[in-house]
Amino acid sequence: MRAAVRLLALGWLFHLKMLSRSAFDGLLGVTWPLFFATIAFFLFRAGGGEQTLLYASLGAAVMGIWSMTSTSAGSALQRERWHGTLELLVAAPANFALILLPLTIAMSTIGAYCLVATLLWGRVLFGIELQVEQPLLFAVSIVAAVVSIGALGFLLAVSFVRYRFAWALGNLFEYPVWLICGFLVPLSLLPGWVRPISWALAPTWGVRAIRESALGGSPLPDVLLCLGLGTAYVLLGVLVLERVLRAARARAVLSLT
Amino acid sequence: MTSLRVFFIGGLTSYRALFYWLTPWVYVPSLLVAPIFQILLFVYIGRSAGVGSDKFYVIGNALQYAAIPCIFAMGFAISGERFQKTLGYILVSPARRLPLFLGRALPVMLNGAFVAAFSLVVGDLLLGIDLPASALAPLALVVLVCAFSCTGLGLITAALGLRVRETAVLANIIFGLLLIFTGANVPLGELPGWMRAISEVIPLTHGIEAARELADGAALRDVAGLLGTEAFVGLGYGVVGYGLLRFMEWQSRLYATLETA
Repeated sequence: MRAAVRLLALGWLFHLKMLSRSAFDGLLGVTWPLFFATIAFFLFRAGGGEQTLLYASLGAAVMGIWSMTSTSAGSALQRERWHGTLELLVAAPANFALILLPLTIAMSTIGAYCLVATLLWGRVLFGIELQVEQPLLFAVSIVAAVVSIGALGFLLAVSFVRYRFAWALGNLFEYPVWLICGFLVPLSLLPGWVRPISWALAPTWGVRAIRESALGGSPLPDVLLCLGLGTAYVLLGVLVLERVLRAARARAVLSLT
Repeated sequence: MTSLRVFFIGGLTSYRALFYWLTPWVYVPSLLVAPIFQILLFVYIGRSAGVGSDKFYVIGNALQYAAIPCIFAMGFAISGERFQKTLGYILVSPARRLPLFLGRALPVMLNGAFVAAFSLVVGDLLLGIDLPASALAPLALVVLVCAFSCTGLGLITAALGLRVRETAVLANIIFGLLLIFTGANVPLGELPGWMRAISEVIPLTHGIEAARELADGAALRDVAGLLGTEAFVGLGYGVVGYGLLRFMEWQSRLYATLETA
């Protein structure tokens, strides 16, 4: 147990350092959600609602966490394949899930930069003042959102292990999750059949928890749902991973896809 | 004759070889499905904010998405050669540069127009936008002109690809800027003056405005000015892009930097 926690912690730190190396990637990571946040700020300001502008600001801030995770997680295993390290990692005595999970959580952690950048962007350029009502719960909500989005990234990564162009699918999921998790649009505006899908996605509860804690509601149920779903993704991901790796070994296709 | 061969056959061959998104595994999610989700995202943001109609966002985003295939593919068409270690061979060949570079732009432009037209049609069907039948042919022309101007901008990205390594990141940033500045999602009247001034001189702004007027029932002659401006902007970017390509080529010979960027 102690070894597993150590591997998770060190893996997270190692990947966080690796991901922070490319200034160009970092620039894109931070600016990409800002483009969408800027449009949302313009539109909500034109719509006239001060409260909706604040609502949009908090939602836009979380968009970056998902952006940083979706594309990168989709292609995480493909990258290991390119580096020639996938077989080594799979063959290592440590469970492969313990190696992959900290990578996707490190990706979503990088997204926290986007969260800060978006809130600052809204404050400086659009005058959106955010008074966090419950700072401690706000911080807890952010951690819960980051971890559960990282867990969702883990599930994506293992699901696409046999798919050579996984980054394209990762990209594809960016907009739909922004839309149906209520980052910028209240779920009540979406068709009824979309809502059960939203409820099954941890970012929905993550952004709700962040909003509730910032605006003075009760975020704890949302935090718990967010973390619960994150745990479910990890368990599901481990099951999928075992199956995929067994099939890849049986057919000798781990490095050939 | 040789120049025509370099333009048509060389252009198509290099496009097929270097634009690796042509595989359906990338093409369908990235160029056919993603623009529909972009349209839906902004339609719902617009509804939530109470700004603009569904038609406003469908037209704006469908046309703006032409930027993805145009800018990325032009970048790949040049930087891809360097990645494959063939750029040096191309640049020492006696082929004339104009057909060499512009031949690569033609399939890019046609694909950009197809992606925009597809997004427009599917967005229209999904959201029940009522486009007048008389507007369809003029809209097709607008789509083509928008793809032309985006390809002009793509030539500049391609030229920069001879100097910077991360052309994909650069293309993404340009795409994001177009999303804000062209009026695809934010009505131009809502932008500050300095942003409106920039929007006047970038691709897509006038094309999107022309398409919206056509969808509202205007005739082609009513938007001829906007269309002409869009084509002129595209031509300007194309000329600058071509000039920049030649400049970068010259610089890379001078400083032996062709393979080092």
